[in-house]
Amino acid sequence: MKTVIIKYNAGNVQSVMYALDRIGAAYLWTDDPAEICAADRVIFPGVGEASTAMQYLRERGLDRLIPTLKQPVLGTCVGMQLMCRYSEENDTACMGIFEVDVKRFGQTPGLKVPQTGWNNIFDYKSDLTTGLPDNAYVYFNHSYAATLCDHTVATCDYVAPFSAMLQKDNFYAAQFHAEISGNAGQTIFENFLKV
Amino acid sequence: MLTKRIIPCLDVKDGRTVKGVNFVNLRDAGDAVELGAFYAEQGADELVFLDITATVEGRATLLELVRRVARTVNIPFTVGGGISSIADVSALLNAGADKVSINSAAVRNPDLINELALEFGSQCIVVAIDTKAPPAPDGGANNNKSKKAPIGGWGAFVHTHGGRKPTELRTVEWAKEVENRGAGEILLTSMDSDGTKNGFALELTAAISEAANIPVIASGGAGTMAHFYDVFTTGKADAGLAASIFHFKEIEIMALKSYLHERNVPMRMTR
Repeated sequence: MKTVIIKYNAGNVQSVMYALDRIGAAYLWTDDPAEICAADRVIFPGVGEASTAMQYLRERGLDRLIPTLKQPVLGTCVGMQLMCRYSEENDTACMGIFEVDVKRFGQTPGLKVPQTGWNNIFDYKSDLTTGLPDNAYVYFNHSYAATLCDHTVATCDYVAPFSAMLQKDNFYAAQFHAEISGNAGQTIFENFLKV
Repeated sequence: MLTKRIIPCLDVKDGRTVKGVNFVNLRDAGDAVELGAFYAEQGADELVFLDITATVEGRATLLELVRRVARTVNIPFTVGGGISSIADVSALLNAGADKVSINSAAVRNPDLINELALEFGSQCIVVAIDTKAPPAPDGGANNNKSKKAPIGGWGAFVHTHGGRKPTELRTVEWAKEVENRGAGEILLTSMDSDGTKNGFALELTAAISEAANIPVIASGGAGTMAHFYDVFTTGKADAGLAASIFHFKEIEIMALKSYLHERNVPMRMTR
């Protein structure tokens, strides 16, 4: 099995690599379209800011390549947001794989932004959540989130319910950081390598 | 529901923990990686590593330590101590740290917070604030009927250099400023409470948590489980950090989390 982690400017992917190491999965970190297309699994991670990340993807044509991929693709955090239609973060048009928009958390007294820490996810409808306990706790660190939609396969509630995970055809995505989400996060990566 | 976080803090020097630990079941209690993995297994929600190494060689050792922690531990961790530039942060994040904590350098050069938030995103920039109330000035008796320092008044000034150096910055004002400059989180240490085991600085923590709309990690003074309950309720903290009570096994993490869970403080009870 050949797994590729897409290389771009959205920050620190070291944690993702180490998470794959821990489950014994080999991977390649690259922005080479040929390598990405030839992979059995593609992971599209991301931390950082949406508009500069999209700019980088556009400059390399990756914004057009990623939506055409046929193998299972997993976007995490900002990676997930870039797979949506639009992000309010600096008014950014995204790749539109999932027909949903990404919005900033509204101001609610007592609820800090960014949401930082462990929150439970529920209403699972994904292959990736197989084996997870109900209301599994996973680690979030974000100020923007995709609203609920037809592609929502796991929900989280902060300010309002939002899409913790999305799934459409071969495209999977998680808003939380599965790579540092303890045993629950590890299960999700293991499931992704099995789908 | 977003849970409150329990965070053990490990002081490290030259890659090893400096405060004594007495876990008989650890092969090498001085090994920061092994201790961190142990806490993660015990249900810690996050880890903080504070590097107190001063030398260049020590910094290289720190990076190697960060790599080993990131490889081993599957929960988030923050690294702090002596960070003063974009290059420092870049090296730590690339080694696998999830967040970095800056302190003295942010006070010296507040623009650093903006630069780091822009470069790496607010979510990984923690600003540590060490604060201490000076003794009541003589004139204070005239202006303040209560002996207690008003929060953000003449009490509670920001200190740097491990709490040794006072500044003119008022703690609440500084907390608001670091939020506006793009910090994603505040690690608030009350120097007055630190080491006392008499409880967290509740009034101060609540004042900071209400003034800033970013999460506040409370630090300094934890001695009992009830102190954590107080800091999450009265103190309105988002996370509670402690060192020696965990290292000396005076409080076990899962027992603490059960205690809080039973009292309706939201806690992650699974691993």
